[in-house]
Amino acid sequence: MRLHREVKNHSLEQHNYLNRLAVASAVVFVCLGLLLARFLYLQIIKYDYFQTLAENNRISLVPSVPNRGLILDRNGAVLAHNFFVYTLEVTPSKSGNVEDVINRISQLIEVSAEDKKRFKKLRAQSHDFESVPIRTHLNEIEAAKFAANRYQFPGVEIRSRLFRHYPMGNLGVHMIGHIGRINQGDVKVLEESGDISNYKGSDHIGKGGIEQYYERSLHGKTGFQQVEIDADGQAVRVLANTPPVPGDNLTLSVDAKMQEIAETAFGNRRGALVAMDPKTGEVLSYVSMPTFDPNLFVDGIDADTWKSLNGSLDRPLINRPIRGIYPPGSTFKPFVAMAGLEEGKRTPPFSIADPGFYALAGSAHRYRDWKPEGHGSVDMQKAITVSCDTFFYGLALDLGIDKLTGFVRHFGFGKKTGIDLEGEMGGLLPTPEWKYKRWKQKWFPGETVIVGIGQGYTLVTPMQLAQAVSTLANNGVAMRPHLVKSIQPYHGQAQQVPPVKMDEVALNPNNVAIVRAGMVNVTQPGGTAASVGAGSSYSIAAKTGTAQVVGIKQGAKYNAGALDERHRDHALFVAYAPAEDPKIAVAVIVENGGHGGSAAGPIARKVMDYYLLGKVPNAEVVDPKKPSEPPVEDGPHD
Amino acid sequence: MIDEILAYLARRVDSFLMGCIAFACMVGLFVLFSASGGSFERVFSQFMNIVAALVIMWLAANTSTHYLERIALPLYVFGLVLLIAVALFGEISHGARRWLNIGVGRIQPSELMKIAVPMMVAWYFSKREESLRWSDYLVGALLVFVPVGLVMKQPDLGTALLIVASGFYVLFLAGLSWKLLAGGAISFAVLAPVFWSLLHDYQRKRIEILLDPSQDPLGAGYHTIQASIALGSGGIAGKGWLNGTQSQLDFLPERTTDFIFAVFGEEFGLLGNILLLVLFGLLISRGLYIAAQAQNTFTRLLAGSITLTFFTYVFVNIGMVSGILPVVGVPLPFISYGGTSLVTVLLGFGILMSIQTHKTLMSTS
Repeated sequence: MRLHREVKNHSLEQHNYLNRLAVASAVVFVCLGLLLARFLYLQIIKYDYFQTLAENNRISLVPSVPNRGLILDRNGAVLAHNFFVYTLEVTPSKSGNVEDVINRISQLIEVSAEDKKRFKKLRAQSHDFESVPIRTHLNEIEAAKFAANRYQFPGVEIRSRLFRHYPMGNLGVHMIGHIGRINQGDVKVLEESGDISNYKGSDHIGKGGIEQYYERSLHGKTGFQQVEIDADGQAVRVLANTPPVPGDNLTLSVDAKMQEIAETAFGNRRGALVAMDPKTGEVLSYVSMPTFDPNLFVDGIDADTWKSLNGSLDRPLINRPIRGIYPPGSTFKPFVAMAGLEEGKRTPPFSIADPGFYALAGSAHRYRDWKPEGHGSVDMQKAITVSCDTFFYGLALDLGIDKLTGFVRHFGFGKKTGIDLEGEMGGLLPTPEWKYKRWKQKWFPGETVIVGIGQGYTLVTPMQLAQAVSTLANNGVAMRPHLVKSIQPYHGQAQQVPPVKMDEVALNPNNVAIVRAGMVNVTQPGGTAASVGAGSSYSIAAKTGTAQVVGIKQGAKYNAGALDERHRDHALFVAYAPAEDPKIAVAVIVENGGHGGSAAGPIARKVMDYYLLGKVPNAEVVDPKKPSEPPVEDGPHD
Repeated sequence: MIDEILAYLARRVDSFLMGCIAFACMVGLFVLFSASGGSFERVFSQFMNIVAALVIMWLAANTSTHYLERIALPLYVFGLVLLIAVALFGEISHGARRWLNIGVGRIQPSELMKIAVPMMVAWYFSKREESLRWSDYLVGALLVFVPVGLVMKQPDLGTALLIVASGFYVLFLAGLSWKLLAGGAISFAVLAPVFWSLLHDYQRKRIEILLDPSQDPLGAGYHTIQASIALGSGGIAGKGWLNGTQSQLDFLPERTTDFIFAVFGEEFGLLGNILLLVLFGLLISRGLYIAAQAQNTFTRLLAGSITLTFFTYVFVNIGMVSGILPVVGVPLPFISYGGTSLVTVLLGFGILMSIQTHKTLMSTS
């Protein structure tokens, strides 16, 4: 289609152009007229109104900070709450020489070097017309002292500010998290999400744990007051008030008492424990050891304490359940066993004669069993109970790496569990594709062999291990783990967090029964964690594991005593109970703890005893060297 | 001797435009002094920006329109490459990826496109004028929306808007049919909800708050409310230079850059506003006159687009400060603090001067 055949006519084309230009000019001057009309409206018609607002009584909007939501345990015990403290704050634009003012204040009430350091840091981050605290936590005498001398200090005010407090201190700090001062990075994130105006007046924001993940929910909605201000900037009266809406109260599925029992059971050892309800995904305990006091962070942590926490060899700041990655060791075997049964590679009554090692065809390399002389005749059930390496070496090879990893992935290995915490790691389930991408090397059959016993590249977080055991206990249905059980908005009904199915794999009940029987026997006399099951009124399905920290040469023997404490093996233990109708699933890792049955198992037993029987251990039990249980010997172990 | 130098310097400079520009820059420095709370440092730094921008304007005025025509395509391609480079390696600041580090400093390629896009589209239409088809308008639109898409992604709504405007003006002046315009308006109404869903949260919020500033008085609405108070309380004669209470008492946000007009309106009142509006009106009128007098398609389209884009700057900025348009980051030419947009605006005026002063030479040759 030709648009304008006559376009070629030069004079007409110019004529068209001038027409267009005339239209554009008309629009331009209409628009400029529109602006003029707006000026007339604002500056003549509404002049009195704006004049009043601006000149005689300036209106200022003062944000009212909402109360942060509480964090409660499943029984309503308070884990995080707020209280008011008096702070003394300086507004540099009104106070005059700040150095001088602070010197005069310190003659009246105590101002420490730390206070001055913090003030300097905060002042650098704020505008001169914003007030900055020089002292926090004023007691009543100090507040009264200053109030009496207030007239000498223009631009210095006592304010009451809301502070966060964690009454249980160290308890569950990695799960609860803490709040800290809003920094530049936080501001950027808030700006991008469009939440920044809701933080006018807020000084703190959740850092880590529930405090961070549920920040939006906990913070609440900032209110504001329209305040009339006189020429000196003093508030004269409140014109309008939109009250703030406090944040939601969060109830966790965690039991504080159980948490305490678990943390106490660790003593001064490092490690992690996660306990879950396998049917709902509710997290019942979430332990990362060692812990630290979150209250240190609320007011701004001082440099020395920070350095000692951050630099500690024990790494207390690491959130081990989701960010600690460990080889699963033998705790991986039940899942390999399920794969073997479901894929039809090991149908009962299959059994092997274990010589104490496994060798690939045409290779001299011996994959050793932990028991040098071998376990004799071993079927699937026994292989789990005695943790027979030889059995699983062969099974892994028969399955092949693709089938093996493809199957156990349904249990949550190699991917994030989706727990309601930030920064979760996904662990590693190695495949030939992964290896090629990562190392540009092909996959060797020998690597498949050691995956069968949870060694090699395989890495898990304690959270993943807990979810995997829960999935096993829940007949192949993986639930999304979650810490928050219900959310109670300030206005309205509490909302239960619904269970969410993450994955599901169809399992044959007969196969499930075989693996369960093998795991139940682990805690029976002759099993690798017999002491853990001793005297229990309910049946425990469990598996022990150890994960090597340093490699051991072919033919050399592992000797715990000869090794540096931090080079000792990690002890792992997974369990669910009661075995026939699982209500709790637990995964425990004790770093450099040695053997899973003796180091990690007793901790899990205490947690299960409390959850299933309401039993509270007495304090002396803490020392692992003095077991209060009747002396039942563990079976020989890996 | 000195006379000769002056004559050489002034040879390609349009004295009417130059007079208005000089006056506007003077006003800008005075307002900036007040808005920055009496900072000589700021004023001096802006003065240096003005000097640099004037040099660029002079260079543009002394560049022949033939040459401009020749570089239209390479300049456009160069700008596009830079924009892609920004998308890939750009530096992020304030949540946006707009800058490219070129070793000696940072550049913002989207600014270049404000000139390169109308030049390109004008060049394209001047090449196609003998056999213009409707599909050429489609090509023209494509030439506009490729860079605009990249700028939107940064995200920089203000600049994207100005680039769209500059390209659209060329299409409009080139005779884009009224039917198509009407069709475009209708499809915009239809596509608006789709466009809405593509906007960033903060951009949506700005539009929502424009419709109802009280929605968010602590955040985005705060700008609009405080600016209205500043303007309104200025009244007819204003509160006087350095006496704006809103401006001096930290009530106004971004008062040296995007919201500087509020300071001006508070301190110089309705009379000052009218004076400024007249000044801008004169600049625009002269630009339109130059566009009407231009002798070939390329210069006609380019001159018209540059002038109308300048108008867009003025209208969007003042409209936003006085609360009739959404808050998009568009500075007020000559008055807002900042060198980048000043360079772009004066480069545009330099091109206008070139179009005006190279005209006679062309017709005699």
